[in-house]
Amino acid sequence: MTVEDQNIEDRPAENDIVASLPIKGLIYTESAGTVTFFPSQSQYLELTNALKGASFVTCSDLCAVDYLRHLERPLPSGVSPERFEVVVQLLSLSRKQRVRIRLQIPEENPHAPSLFYIYPGAENMEREAFDLMGIVFDEHPDMTRILMPHDWEGHPLRKDYSVGRVPVQFKEAPGPR
Amino acid sequence: MSKGDRENDLELNPFSSPDGENETDVDEFLPNTEEADDYVDVSEEDDPDEDETDLLYAALDIESETDEGDQELDFSSATSPVELLIEQGAVLRLPEDAALDALDPDESEASFGEDETMIINLGPQHPSTHGVLRVMLELEGETVLRSKPVIGYLHTGMEKTAEELTYVQGATNVTRMDYLSPLNNELVWSLAVESLLDVEMPPRATWIRMLMSELNRISSHVMWAATNGMDLASTTMMIFGFREREMVLSFFEKTTGLRMNHNYIRPGGVAADLPDGWEDDVEVIIDTISSRLDDYDELLTGQPIFRQRTEGVGVMSADLALALSATGPVLRAAGVPWDLRKDMPYLAYEDVDFDVVVGTVGDTFDRYAVRLNEIRESIKIVRQILEKMPSGDYRVQDAKITPPPRQRIDQSMEALIHHFKLFTRGFETLVGESYVAIESPRGELGCYLVSDGSNKPYRMHIRGPSFVNLQSVPALLRGSLLADTIAILSSVDPVLGEVDR
Repeated sequence: MTVEDQNIEDRPAENDIVASLPIKGLIYTESAGTVTFFPSQSQYLELTNALKGASFVTCSDLCAVDYLRHLERPLPSGVSPERFEVVVQLLSLSRKQRVRIRLQIPEENPHAPSLFYIYPGAENMEREAFDLMGIVFDEHPDMTRILMPHDWEGHPLRKDYSVGRVPVQFKEAPGPR
Repeated sequence: MSKGDRENDLELNPFSSPDGENETDVDEFLPNTEEADDYVDVSEEDDPDEDETDLLYAALDIESETDEGDQELDFSSATSPVELLIEQGAVLRLPEDAALDALDPDESEASFGEDETMIINLGPQHPSTHGVLRVMLELEGETVLRSKPVIGYLHTGMEKTAEELTYVQGATNVTRMDYLSPLNNELVWSLAVESLLDVEMPPRATWIRMLMSELNRISSHVMWAATNGMDLASTTMMIFGFREREMVLSFFEKTTGLRMNHNYIRPGGVAADLPDGWEDDVEVIIDTISSRLDDYDELLTGQPIFRQRTEGVGVMSADLALALSATGPVLRAAGVPWDLRKDMPYLAYEDVDFDVVVGTVGDTFDRYAVRLNEIRESIKIVRQILEKMPSGDYRVQDAKITPPPRQRIDQSMEALIHHFKLFTRGFETLVGESYVAIESPRGELGCYLVSDGSNKPYRMHIRGPSFVNLQSVPALLRGSLLADTIAILSSVDPVLGEVDR
């Protein structure tokens, strides 16, 4: 049994947030009051722009998930599961509500459009997702590593990057003085 | 800017100076090898001086050792005008055309030559960076033109570690992130796990959590006042702040057994009930601190030197704060009355009465005033908790989630098995994902949890308020004086344990 099984009601009447958006054909679920959108790559920026217009003025979180061990996870019909997902949490202060966006990112081409020009606050979060999960955000002004050293190899939060696989990397220690 | 451009630009970066240049500098400082030969036993096969020279080279090659490559800040003359405009324009949330009009490239930083500006490093080993924050500042005289925080010096991969720990062990991991408000970290973790568990918290557990969370907010803000005072050369405030924090920490020690990193709030409730006589302890704490807050007012709030150093320094508008995803006191000081305790209540915050403190200007003084008055509001909440604390159980009575009492283990085989299973395998949650956010002393502390139904989280992501608020630093520092940098950095209150995780 899943949380989704318990809570999702496939409502025929559209949710008021979804109804207020100008984009048609959006796939979404509603669970415990939170709407989760599953946009395609091409809908992603249009959707976030529209949500920003619909009072979701702050991007409170952005992170990436590697579903390597669950490539066949259950998703709403019409969404083809990919290895990576970028998960965005947007917050509306006036509605006191959050929405979630789950964007599918294919393994062979891990690129996503950057939210920087819509939400400048996503800058550090996208750099973190790039650093730890290897998702490249196109048009991001500073797509560099943020937590790991700049010459680090690999993306540690990927599921095929096992714990302890790489010996602890330190830069060459200075010799005795 | 594409990756390729960035690499090309690097060649212009004076920090990555070619090795040859370094060597010529180093030669001047090397011992004269011919002279040194007189004192050396020539029978040795290896020339010891050669080794020594190599070691000296290695020791003096600090630039390449500490280089963070393209994570670092370039001179503005080495940065394209378009990129500079993006840096400003996007942060100011101007549409592209308006940004081009408002920001004349000739007037902007790009017009400064390389010899007119200077890049200096503040940190990572600097007492005012509250840890290992490194801020690269581009200065023109004493004015900060641009700045960039370089972080990651404390990164220990805690999100990866969390995937290897069971839900029972997870709290010990998250509590080490923001080491000034560990109980809030445990709280957000526990709430996130419980959202995937389908359990109902006994009221006393909820109220104990609220009490601990508010006391932690007091200790964190008092600690901030202490370090902020020290940054602004008020050592008295530093001593005061640590003295008050000590009282709260003593109570934590009495309750949880530890002064920090408590692992007290756990999925399923709290680890132990409050100690006997806790009401008296808490009352002493809040009475003392509320009277000492007036001392703080006398020492800092009305003091002309403090006001001159903070008023009008590092001003941030509400729009800018929202665009940069700032939360907590940074956002509220800009005049946005947004507090998750009030606006999206969790625990039992609906049942207590308190005010959300907001600033008007959004300068460093406002951020100080917001935090100081938040201590007063927290004291108000703690007083109500003292009155309303319900009796009952301090955790869920579900042997699958919380351990049985110690005495039961000696008597009941079932209890022994439950105890063993819980601390070896832990418990499983429902399949799903959940994002839970609470108001930590620094802002919105969120936990995004993906569960695949096993005993460990499939993915755990912490949205650290310090990490996100750090993005405000370049916006706040732009155009300020170098001396004000310390005051501004301190007013954002980043905790590097949480920034780097």
